[in-house]
Amino acid sequence: MALKELSSLEKFLGLKKPNKYSTQGDNKVPVLQTNSGPAVGLLTVCSHLVKEAKRPELLGTSAEHRALVQQWLEYRTTKVDGCSREEAKTVLKDLNLYLQDKVYLAGHCFTLADALMYYGLHPLVVELAVQEKEQHVNVTRWFDHMQHYPGLRHHLPPVVVLRNRVYTSGHH
Amino acid sequence: MKLYISEGNPHCLKVLAAVEVTKVQCDVQCVNHEERVVPFPRPALPALLLPSGGHLFSSNAICQYFFETSGQKPSTLISQWLEWESTELQPALLWALHMAVLQGKATEASKSLQGALSYLDQCLSKGTTPYLTGEAISVVDVVLWGALHPFLSDPSLALGECKSVQAWFERLAGEKACQAAAQRVLQGKGLEALKSFMQRQPAGQRRDAQSYGSNPSESEEGDRVVSEEEMESAALTWSRGLTACPEATERQHPIALPYVNNVPHLGNIIGCVLSADVFARYGRLRGWNVLYICDKYHAVHADIYRWFQVDFDYFGRTTTQKIAQNIFWRLHERGFLLEDTVEQLRCEGCQRFLADRFVEGVCPHCSYPDARGDQCDKCGRLINAVELKNPTCKVCAKTPIIRTSKHLFLDLPKLESQLEQWLDKSIGTGHWTANAKQITRSWLRDGLKPRCITRDLKWGTPVPHPDFADKVFYVWFDAPIGYLSITANYTDQWEKWWKNPEQVELYNFMAKDNVPFHSVVFPCSLLGAQDNYTLVNHLIATEYLNYEDTKFSKSRGVGVFGDMAKDTGIPSDVWRFYLLYVRPESQDSAFSWADMALKNNSELLNNLGNFINRWVVGDDPRGGGGYL
Repeated sequence: MALKELSSLEKFLGLKKPNKYSTQGDNKVPVLQTNSGPAVGLLTVCSHLVKEAKRPELLGTSAEHRALVQQWLEYRTTKVDGCSREEAKTVLKDLNLYLQDKVYLAGHCFTLADALMYYGLHPLVVELAVQEKEQHVNVTRWFDHMQHYPGLRHHLPPVVVLRNRVYTSGHH
Repeated sequence: MKLYISEGNPHCLKVLAAVEVTKVQCDVQCVNHEERVVPFPRPALPALLLPSGGHLFSSNAICQYFFETSGQKPSTLISQWLEWESTELQPALLWALHMAVLQGKATEASKSLQGALSYLDQCLSKGTTPYLTGEAISVVDVVLWGALHPFLSDPSLALGECKSVQAWFERLAGEKACQAAAQRVLQGKGLEALKSFMQRQPAGQRRDAQSYGSNPSESEEGDRVVSEEEMESAALTWSRGLTACPEATERQHPIALPYVNNVPHLGNIIGCVLSADVFARYGRLRGWNVLYICDKYHAVHADIYRWFQVDFDYFGRTTTQKIAQNIFWRLHERGFLLEDTVEQLRCEGCQRFLADRFVEGVCPHCSYPDARGDQCDKCGRLINAVELKNPTCKVCAKTPIIRTSKHLFLDLPKLESQLEQWLDKSIGTGHWTANAKQITRSWLRDGLKPRCITRDLKWGTPVPHPDFADKVFYVWFDAPIGYLSITANYTDQWEKWWKNPEQVELYNFMAKDNVPFHSVVFPCSLLGAQDNYTLVNHLIATEYLNYEDTKFSKSRGVGVFGDMAKDTGIPSDVWRFYLLYVRPESQDSAFSWADMALKNNSELLNNLGNFINRWVVGDDPRGGGGYL
């Protein structure tokens, strides 16, 4: 999973040469050998790729913005990855509320947090029924935006998102 | 900027220490554990209210933010340590805290931290600098100190031989910033101070492999292994190309033959072809392997059904007599055919024996005046033409006379127990409409009688038996076998459909007058042939569709016929809709022109048309918000 995600991110960033990754430990933590030694961990590797692609704005444009990006990257690896069905519900509820008045996870532009959250949430969103997607309408809206974000989707199958409401609020 | 913390929350250690180390200007407010500072469905502390109005609720992100505003640049090394802390150390810590604080199992706690601590020790001993990322305290030191403080400062927890960690930890513990933070959060109570916080946390757990998220797809990462056999069968399928026939799978449903000797009327159309067409379309949408066949009597039929958009898989005329003759001989060999002489009606005016439907008369059972030579439309019972009272020839209206002739009979009484056994199973498991069940039961209740299967006619399938060389098969013996022959014309794999009762489900659609032929006579022929034939699993029969308030009658020219429907200029979809709308499901229904106009306007136009139009237009013209 992590490796496919990394290769999709490389393509998204327009990196010409695909990197070779190894993994470490039982959790298959991705490792990338760089000129300045190994980069260990998904977020670290991704941040490295972003810098390599000279797209530092994807990590945030100010200290505050960067902290927000970091926070959501961390949320992705600690709360979304490997979550149980119960935890998945909490995650969706959290994000649905958070995204109520937001287009992107951090600040007012697309960041690495959006990309990795999209990759991480995909297995959860794929399993949602139409009604559940509608209940988490803000997550769904953001998710649909991401899967149509130019060049991002790559390895993942598209998730069908209805644009109109099927269930009226009185029915659930 | 405002920082919200709560006492006894271990995550607050690092953020408080970070505030002190970086000397960032920041209000610190202590709140209850349950206080909702961040607009989140659940409490998340510590939390930092940013100058922009946003919130940070991740302790590591808060620390990073403080360090960055004080001039420390983010780096790969820092990012790596923080990621390790959040993904490797924290899960272990949560478990350890749970064991130590709530369960009092200090050894368990130490054990679960061993791996992380020895990794940290290794890194520190390899390094040449006093702190993790250099000569000065960085965000990494503060974060790791905050995470480990509750354990490393507790003498009761034996954390093994991690000398470098000890040295590093003591260096930090000497910092005023750290001392102040520890005092504020733990109040000198050590691990005990964390109790009320820990009680509110979901039980610390080791991440189990059963969880989903990104993990399960891991197993799909490798290419699927394709076996030799799979490759061979793929190659074989490829070489066969598109001309290959459909393989029999779960479901199929030929329809009942439209037994119409001229142009079909609307009642014929709704009863079998249209009902079956809708079902076949449904089956195809479901991805079932559906075979929808129909026998063709006239080119007229083909045109009409095409106009009604009935999608037969195969629409053909029986040309293969092989199957009918095979079944005949098998029945003969097994002693299910009887010879007997019968009295038969012959019209002297027309100089011929009269086919059943060329005779009309009064029903001997219910006295219905328009009974036909083989069946009464009123009571549904089968009639031998000679039993009709006051028979008349339909061609010349003369009274036919009775003559005797030798014929073959299907010995239904001999097959009765087998039939009953099979019917119990089929009706019990399949979908049979109420009228189909009732008609079949009434037949069995009356007791089965031998059924004549030959006729003295010029046209039809010749009987292969030399003693009956000048005779043909009775249409209801021959016609259902036509289903098999048509399938054989369509594909040479017809036996996969018709001799495969385990895998194939057979659906028959018809009007109720055809039920006995499909539930009794035809199954008996197949059972008697003892060749593992597929028998009907679902029998869906309609009641009659009347015309305005009378019967459709071809001979009297009453009603709408297939070709007339086309000439009205009304689109076939409208006809399809209305006929399905008035489909006589459980009682007779009537076709009425006025009702058709009404239903077209109210249902199709007002309801469905409007609904779709709003979608297509994409906006509600009354300003009620977009639908798209």
